[in-house]
Amino acid sequence: MPPTNIKDPNYFHKVVDCQWACPAHTPVPEYIRLIAAGRYSDAYMINWHSNVFPGVLGRTCDRPCEPACRRGRVEEGAKTAQPVAICRLKRVAADNKSDIRDRLPVAPAQKNGKRIALIGAGPASLTVARDLLPLGYTCVLYDQDPGAGGMMRTQIPKFRLPEAVLDEEVNYILGLQPELRLGQRVSSLKAIVDEGYDAIFVGCGAPRGRELEMPGRKEAAANIHIGIDWLASVSFGHTTKIGKRVIVLGGGNTAMDCCRTSRRLGGDEVKVVVRSGFEEMKASPWEKEDAMNEGIPILNFLVPKEFRHDNGTLTGVVFEKVKAEYDAKGRRSLVASGEPDVHIECDDVLVAVGQENAFPWIERDLGIEFDRWDMPKVSATTMQSTNPKIFFGGDAAFGPKNIIWAVAHGHEAAVSIDLHCSGNNVNVRPSPLTNLSSQKMGIHEWSYDNGISPDNRYKVPHAPPEVTLKDVRLEVELGFDVKQAFLEAERCLNCDVQTVFEGPKCIECDACVDICPMDCITFTPNGPERELRQQLTAPSTHPETQDLYLSEALKTGRVMVKDEDLCLHCGLCAERCPTGAWDMQKFLFNTAKAGCHV
Amino acid sequence: MTYLAKPKFHHPALPKNEHGFTHRDYEGSISTLCAGCGHDSISAAIIQACFELNIEPHRLAKLSGIGCSSKTPDYFLGQSHGFNSVHGRMPSVLTGANLANKQLIYLGVSGDGDSASIGLGQFMHCVRRSVNMLYVTENNGVYGLTKGQFSATADRGSTSKAGGTNNDSALDLVGLALQIGATFVARSFSGDKKQLVPLLMAGLSHPGPAFIDVVSPCVAFNNHAGSTKSFEFVRAHNEAVNRLDFMDAREPITVDYEPGTSTEVALHDGSKLRLAKLHGDYDPHNRIAAMNYLQSRAAAGELVTGLIYLDDNPRDMHSMLNTVDVPLNGLGEKELCPGSATLDKINASLR
Ligand SMILES: Cc1cc2nc3c(=O)[nH]c(=O)nc-3n(C[C@H](O)[C@H](O)[C@H](O)COP(=O)(O)OP(=O)(O)OC[C@H]3O[C@@H](n4cnc5c(N)ncnc54)[C@H](O)[C@@H]3O)c2cc1C
Ligand SMILES: Cc1ncc(C[n+]2csc(CCOP(=O)(O)OP(=O)(O)O)c2C)c(N)n1
Ligand code: SF4
Ligand code: SF4
Ligand code: SF4
Ligand SMILES: [Mg+2]
Repeated sequence: MPPTNIKDPNYFHKVVDCQWACPAHTPVPEYIRLIAAGRYSDAYMINWHSNVFPGVLGRTCDRPCEPACRRGRVEEGAKTAQPVAICRLKRVAADNKSDIRDRLPVAPAQKNGKRIALIGAGPASLTVARDLLPLGYTCVLYDQDPGAGGMMRTQIPKFRLPEAVLDEEVNYILGLQPELRLGQRVSSLKAIVDEGYDAIFVGCGAPRGRELEMPGRKEAAANIHIGIDWLASVSFGHTTKIGKRVIVLGGGNTAMDCCRTSRRLGGDEVKVVVRSGFEEMKASPWEKEDAMNEGIPILNFLVPKEFRHDNGTLTGVVFEKVKAEYDAKGRRSLVASGEPDVHIECDDVLVAVGQENAFPWIERDLGIEFDRWDMPKVSATTMQSTNPKIFFGGDAAFGPKNIIWAVAHGHEAAVSIDLHCSGNNVNVRPSPLTNLSSQKMGIHEWSYDNGISPDNRYKVPHAPPEVTLKDVRLEVELGFDVKQAFLEAERCLNCDVQTVFEGPKCIECDACVDICPMDCITFTPNGPERELRQQLTAPSTHPETQDLYLSEALKTGRVMVKDEDLCLHCGLCAERCPTGAWDMQKFLFNTAKAGCHV
Repeated sequence: MTYLAKPKFHHPALPKNEHGFTHRDYEGSISTLCAGCGHDSISAAIIQACFELNIEPHRLAKLSGIGCSSKTPDYFLGQSHGFNSVHGRMPSVLTGANLANKQLIYLGVSGDGDSASIGLGQFMHCVRRSVNMLYVTENNGVYGLTKGQFSATADRGSTSKAGGTNNDSALDLVGLALQIGATFVARSFSGDKKQLVPLLMAGLSHPGPAFIDVVSPCVAFNNHAGSTKSFEFVRAHNEAVNRLDFMDAREPITVDYEPGTSTEVALHDGSKLRLAKLHGDYDPHNRIAAMNYLQSRAAAGELVTGLIYLDDNPRDMHSMLNTVDVPLNGLGEKELCPGSATLDKINASLR
């Protein structure tokens, strides 16, 4: 196996599991350390640069970083092992920061003459605007809704995301003064193209809720609602109540928001009914937990068959009972269980069985190619469509995802638009900004806290349901207080403080091998990676998750192999090394933003 | 040294032994020795050997004297019995403990100063009495704890870190052990765990006086050019006579050697030692030849390592003294005070 090239920015980046998994590559451990140090504003700004909506995301993010977090792999007991509460720590930074407005960029008075249209004012477009406005671009923001924010405003219930938090962070962007065309639906992309913009960004989301066609749908239509339309209507204040008995069909996060909202609008008996098994539901585990804590049962393996009604008044839904069967390849299919159908009575049904893209307003002769699912062909790195002036991002690009993906797309699209408008090739991407610096402060002193906290994950306190179930706008989660935040932050392993090895200094004394609590380090003759993985001091448990760090040949001809997978970044190897062959060096990684050129 | 306690977290897929322990369960408190000290590697090797031998920690007693080396029992087998004696007196304490309870495994840990200088007499008498133990010296050629004076094992002509030359003859503990009746004699190097761990396992299983001299570089005072106990010097002059694999009685034999290149030695508890010959026809069962070989290689400036001598029929002090099997603390009043009739009998036999 060839020696590791640690100059490749991706090498150490991948070691930082959370940051690598974050679509926007937020420098997570850096902000967690700042939270532990009580530097909330600094922690907030690190987030703001990377993910634009720290207060929003600290409450609502899908948190792909957490399943990736190393802490979940190293804690004892597979069942109790839990990642760091990365997302909720982000909220701590937002909640406790001071006024940061003087740290925000400003749009220059002198514009650069380039005009960009942004269709839709959701997180994707807002990110593009934030990245381009400070560079002197003129951004024109269209949205059919009267306020900016997209689904963050219209879909996510206020009891999860208070309006004030959203307003604050949207206003930071509006403060950069994009031209606002709110309350204005774009009905023709051609018309926009004809206005002569230098580039157009389509961030219109995936606005259509999937229908559920079955007997009784038309007759009982008055009490059958499409989930996302209904949530939008609640959000705008048009809908303020629902029947006492509510059935929510579907098992995703939208279904969870529908059922919890129903509980707050008069639904006493709210049930979620899913086709699949409980475990396979799409909703995040914490969303399911929150729903069940509010007294909402989740009934599984029930496939809806018919809406029952009494002369147009909905009376209930009939379900077929199914069971899961697995074929030889382990693929699951749902087959009739043979048990009698189940009839569940209700007053209202919310249909939350999926969300779709729809581009009726995009003419098909603009040079934008569509695939056989009627989705635009978009490059996943540049976000460019087959019309070089037109870019897509967020849910509009590859179907419904989440806010953090919309932000990540927005950043990349902004980079592309900037390259495009300055006559550069959008496919040649600017490299990320990295920095690697020793954390050594004294013989056994580091500028980070290398002690490993043994604590289990802390739970975020909730307001009591008696109170929150009465008010659809009252936030349920209270957030960590400062003390809990410190303890939770201490659980972070500082995976960005890298173990950097300098072969020529090593005398092969084995001290690092002996001290390493996770048995990460091995000295052995070199060989192909597969063989090396067999020879490690401790078994290689996640070869797909992390790489082996390999040195050049040492004095005895052997090599140093470190399995990055379970390293605690405790620095004990560096403390024990008599020659300083190991050093703990902080690796900062920031993706290139618009304005960085190759 | 490090200030942090070693985190309790460990690799989730660590192998467990018969008692459900991982090797981490055989650790002690965090070492306070200098970073890179050879002694720490020996501690790690002892941890590994005890883990692999499935030793129940409470069945082992570790005893030591004074010195950096003698401090190390604090850093391994945190759940075993231990005694840290005065300088050079560990062998007597070990002998006494062994007399009182022959059912424990005795591990004596000492240094070249502790055993070859102040404790030389103690070391020799303990070995010649055939106390059942494994005696390990962590040999760095200096008094590490008192800042690096030459010890009695420092080679004549070697230089100290400060530049002084050692004019005295070196004492070879391996040679002495062979002479005075150790029935298991080996030498190894702290930087070679592949060799050291099986030697420790075999030594711990040996039912008689076993001795292993482990060359262990002192990174602070004896790892410079001019030292004969440095990592570089030992690696360059290491002359391994055999490579050995320790095989548990129950384990299937997995190592394959070409015929004629290895010998197998059955041990008393049913386990086996497989010795891969690395050096001609070296025969570890011939004591006189071993002593000659050792001397001739030493004259050539080489350091013989590996299993140097093994007596298949070791003796143990207890068998010669005909002692009781029950540990003294397990004897009741009836056994200890058998009454006046028994006393009369004894007195009569002496008249
Ligand atoms: C119920 C629900 C709950 C969710 N909860 C979460 C959550 O907790 N966490 C999370 O990360 N994600 C969540 N999501 C997903 C998340 O809201 C979206 O992935 C994200 O908002 C997508 O951002 P976007 O910028 O692509 O588009 P959107 O946020 O969808 O914004 C698109 C905007 O474009 C406007 N628009 C569309 N067409 C036109 C047009 N022709 N003319 C003018 N304007 C137009 C729309 O009105 C909308 O304002 C949730 C989604 C739903 C439905
Ligand atoms: C009776 C007595 N004399 C002298 C000393 C001082 N002393 C402490 S350690 C030591 C030498 C230890 O050398 P060694 O056994 O080689 O241990 P190392 O530190 O080298 O591992 C000496 C002379 C002492 N503690 N007690
Ligand atoms: S322990 Fe900290 S740095 Fe490591 S993956 Fe988890 S949050 Fe990120
Ligand atoms: S920092 Fe060093 S000692 Fe600590 S777990 Fe990682 S490799 Fe092991
Ligand atoms: S502790 Fe340092 S010198 Fe010793 S083996 Fe490890 S890296 Fe090499
Ligand atoms: Mg010494």
